[in-house]
Amino acid sequence: MKPNIAQLLLGLVLCITVLLLSIASPFFMTWDNWRNILDQSALLVIIAIGMTFVIVTGAIDLSVGSVAALSGVCMAVAMHAGMAVATAILLGLAAGALVGTSNGLLISRLNLNPFIVTLGTMAVARGVALIITKGIPIYGFPAAFIWWGSGHIGALNPPILLAILITLLGALVLNQTKLGYYALALGGNEEALRRTGVAHQTYKLIIYVICGITAAIGGLVVTARLNTAEPLAGSMFELDAIAAVVLGGTDMKGGRGSIIGTVMACLLLGILRNGLTILSIPSYYQQLTIGIIILVAIIVSELRLKNAWEND
Amino acid sequence: MAQKQQTANSEPEPVIKITHLSKSFGNIEALLNVSLEIYAGEILAIVGDNGAGKSTLSKLLSGALTPDNGQIMVGDKSYSSMTPGKAISLGISTVYQDLALVDCRDVVSNIFLGREPVYAGFLVDKRRMQKEAAQVLQDLQINIPSLHTPVGLLSGGQRQGVAVARAVFQGGKVIIFDEPTAAMGLQESAKVIKLLLKLREGGLAVVVISHNLHQVFKISDRICVMRHGQVAAICETKYSSPKEIVGLIMGAAAGV
Ligand SMILES: Nc1ncnc2c1ncn2[C@@H]1O[C@H](COP(=O)(O)OP(=O)(O)OP(=O)(O)O)[C@@H](O)[C@H]1O
Ligand SMILES: [Mg+2]
Repeated sequence: MKPNIAQLLLGLVLCITVLLLSIASPFFMTWDNWRNILDQSALLVIIAIGMTFVIVTGAIDLSVGSVAALSGVCMAVAMHAGMAVATAILLGLAAGALVGTSNGLLISRLNLNPFIVTLGTMAVARGVALIITKGIPIYGFPAAFIWWGSGHIGALNPPILLAILITLLGALVLNQTKLGYYALALGGNEEALRRTGVAHQTYKLIIYVICGITAAIGGLVVTARLNTAEPLAGSMFELDAIAAVVLGGTDMKGGRGSIIGTVMACLLLGILRNGLTILSIPSYYQQLTIGIIILVAIIVSELRLKNAWEND
Repeated sequence: MAQKQQTANSEPEPVIKITHLSKSFGNIEALLNVSLEIYAGEILAIVGDNGAGKSTLSKLLSGALTPDNGQIMVGDKSYSSMTPGKAISLGISTVYQDLALVDCRDVVSNIFLGREPVYAGFLVDKRRMQKEAAQVLQDLQINIPSLHTPVGLLSGGQRQGVAVARAVFQGGKVIIFDEPTAAMGLQESAKVIKLLLKLREGGLAVVVISHNLHQVFKISDRICVMRHGQVAAICETKYSSPKEIVGLIMGAAAGV
């Protein structure tokens, strides 16, 4: 796996940002602050890696934010009904897998447009989360559940370790397994893949299930961290995740993508948010800054791709 | 060559026997009631004007398209439709006219697309793929600057070379080439021609779709002329002439 220009650029921007912020604030370079950055980025990393797989196929999944909320709500309801923490978590992950399966079946079997399908399931999942909770957040969970959001494992915590684990798994699957190869081929030329006799629809389905599960793991982290299942949690997660994936050098048209790039982009976004907060810049400027960075990243990556094709 | 085998075998069985195959797209009848037999150890050329239905026929054989009507008999089993997986497992490989390459993936990944070897149960064996791909390209004398170039960046002829290498590497009893040399230079075409002859020598059934009659007459055993989705004639190459074939392509009376 060779780093491409997008990732080198991203690495450069990361370094410069870190350098500037460490000059601007002595607090920035402390371990407490870095742990904070990692903690804040972990959630995005988890969701964005599932999203990377979907975008690599040339599609998109808008339902991840709603899925995170729905799975959190499912876990909460299960625990309040007296279920064991582990069972409740599995139930929540199953809810994510179920939405992923619906997305995957509708898109691969009925050949529907991913944007529209996941726009629909985004609303459905959110609606179900609101119906289950009647719109009221559920809070107060056993310590074993809260541990998943704010426990300690050495110097790190479960969300960070989950993010690291999912990153390693994601990179392995995308670069070293048939699933990863076929995800890229689906984005590059689905008809070519179909003509090799590969069960391309099944692979497509699996990719949406993966994205549903990573979104549900995101739901676990949010719910545990806040000790609250909020039916409106996770709105805009999909946009952050898509932004991170594109910023990381994955081509929106599919066929090319990088897990490491996605993770670097998540870190950049996390560092920026953190830095702007440390520098007490009001949050609406943060929104603006991050928006501009994403636009610049897309413009740069489009130009780069165009050059790569034309230079031949 | 096909002749020799026939006398030795008294009653040669076709590897593939197509009967009454039809396919339409909306109200375009791309293929109409086509019957054809393909034998081992022969090169069967299919010629015809643009839109005559040649590629449609090859896609029905390879399972890329499903026929509306008709039967495809492979060995002693009859199928009313193919899927790509079934065709490949029956030993039918295809070089598509559109090449069916994944442009953003490298040469190695394309040659192995759909058949990646794995180790430890699930990890793609990149080293083996690299080695075998290099070997195949070398055997076929196809020059590709780097195996790790995305095929979208290769030249037209090099892309065809990759598609040919993939089909040959896949192997099988029947290999269908849909205009395999259309984008190739003289040297590269000559290599592919040599390859087709070698495959025939190995006892494979080789189907080649081509607009190059000179080439067709040089290598084929039989020529199937298609016109408006139908088989206009099937000629033994040695008893035919380019003039006759041109006439058939243009719509003269069938001369079989
Ligand atoms: N997927 C499709 N949808 C609609 N029409 C099609 C499709 N594929 C082929 N056709 C039509 O079917 C007819 C036969 O096409 P086909 O590709 O088989 O021709 P061909 O003999 O291979 O021509 P060429 O020499 O140009 O490659 C043409 O009229 C074509 O427009
Ligand atoms: Mg054609």
